[in-house]
Amino acid sequence: MPPNRIRTEQEIHGRHGRPITDQDAHEINRVEELSYDLKIHEVMSKNLHTASPEISLSDVLKILRINRISGVPVVEDDKLVGVISIEDIVRAMQNNDLTETVAQYMTRELVTVASYDSIVKAMQTFTERHVGRLPVVNEEKKLVGMITKGDITRGILVALQKDYKEEEVRRYRASHLFEDIVSDRTTLVLRYNIKSQNFTHGGTASSHIKRALLRLGADAQIARRCGIAVYEAEMNLIIHTTHGGILKLEVEPHRITMSTTDDGPGIPDVEQVLQPGYSTATDQVREMGFGAGMGLVNIKRCVDSMDLESTVGKGTKLVMRIHIPTENLSGRKEE
Amino acid sequence: MNLQQIIERLDLKLLTDSRDLTSIRPAGGYTSDLLSCVMAGAKSKYIWVTLQAHLNIVAVAALLDVAAVIITENAQPDSTTIAKANEQGVVLLSTSMPNFEVDGKLWEMGFRN
Repeated sequence: MPPNRIRTEQEIHGRHGRPITDQDAHEINRVEELSYDLKIHEVMSKNLHTASPEISLSDVLKILRINRISGVPVVEDDKLVGVISIEDIVRAMQNNDLTETVAQYMTRELVTVASYDSIVKAMQTFTERHVGRLPVVNEEKKLVGMITKGDITRGILVALQKDYKEEEVRRYRASHLFEDIVSDRTTLVLRYNIKSQNFTHGGTASSHIKRALLRLGADAQIARRCGIAVYEAEMNLIIHTTHGGILKLEVEPHRITMSTTDDGPGIPDVEQVLQPGYSTATDQVREMGFGAGMGLVNIKRCVDSMDLESTVGKGTKLVMRIHIPTENLSGRKEE
Repeated sequence: MNLQQIIERLDLKLLTDSRDLTSIRPAGGYTSDLLSCVMAGAKSKYIWVTLQAHLNIVAVAALLDVAAVIITENAQPDSTTIAKANEQGVVLLSTSMPNFEVDGKLWEMGFRN
């Protein structure tokens, strides 16, 4: 079931009797979504108790009592002809008429819903007609089931549970990737090309990396540390390199390695750039809030090890590593 | 105190799409216009107060998972920035007050970390 399918005009206008705005569309929740997606035949009860018009009301009372229900459809020659409910029987009792036939007291004014309609249609009918149960008919107007508010609630709960299970399975699959694939050394490599001076996309690779790590089942704290380190490294490629560079993430069950490589201009004094507050950023870049001279300091704080190698005129390689306690990524503690 | 109450008390303007802000409960605050300092200092669910209004604040806010960004002194983010914030689920707020005044008010409201 697609979460954002387009609704027909009828469905849209039927909902509140007015056109749906973007705001409304945004606020439609999964339950409302389901009330359009689920069809009546999917949630109705098919285990039918019926009465024929010739039987006595006391026999109907027996059917109601044994099955603990408050009404049954009346069927004659396979055709739905009415409904007999507890209220009709109360009426008969007032007249001391329980030996009378169903045909005498049943409600002939038939309110039905179609099996192929959405459950929202049944909900509307319940409200408009002040009834608690409705006979369901198919295309040939033949009785195929009964629907109550309870059936609708149950149907929605089952569908929500199915959604939840599917999401769980997706998460499980990603987070058990490293257990499911057997090799002597499994490494997942994500590679991003970062363009120089492309501030518009600054941080995009980092947020993709953080999301990927969470998907793989990494602990939130580890994903956050990686996110911060890799963001600073990504911005360094954007701010300082001549042609941009490559940002690489290597995930192994016990370790995450992040690295950036570029082809220039290179750092003349590696010790100096590691000093908090030291920056070579231009005024223009500083105006945007970069160039605090805290980038590499932040990285160092977030990772377990950091290696910076640089040759002027050739380029820079930065390698950052975070070790993962065994219960992370693998999803369970090592025995 | 939830984000909706903070918005009402400080008379902030919501720049991003409206959604239920009563469920967001900020854990504290951090103020800086230097993105690397924010990266180091702002914790998850903090309110970030800044004069910066350009696109890159969204990436920082999203990575840190801050409760909201209060952009001060009527600095106006462009439509791309607002669109990006909506996409990433970042709440952007605007005010004419400077950083100092916003911090003072948040402090008075009980945000002391």
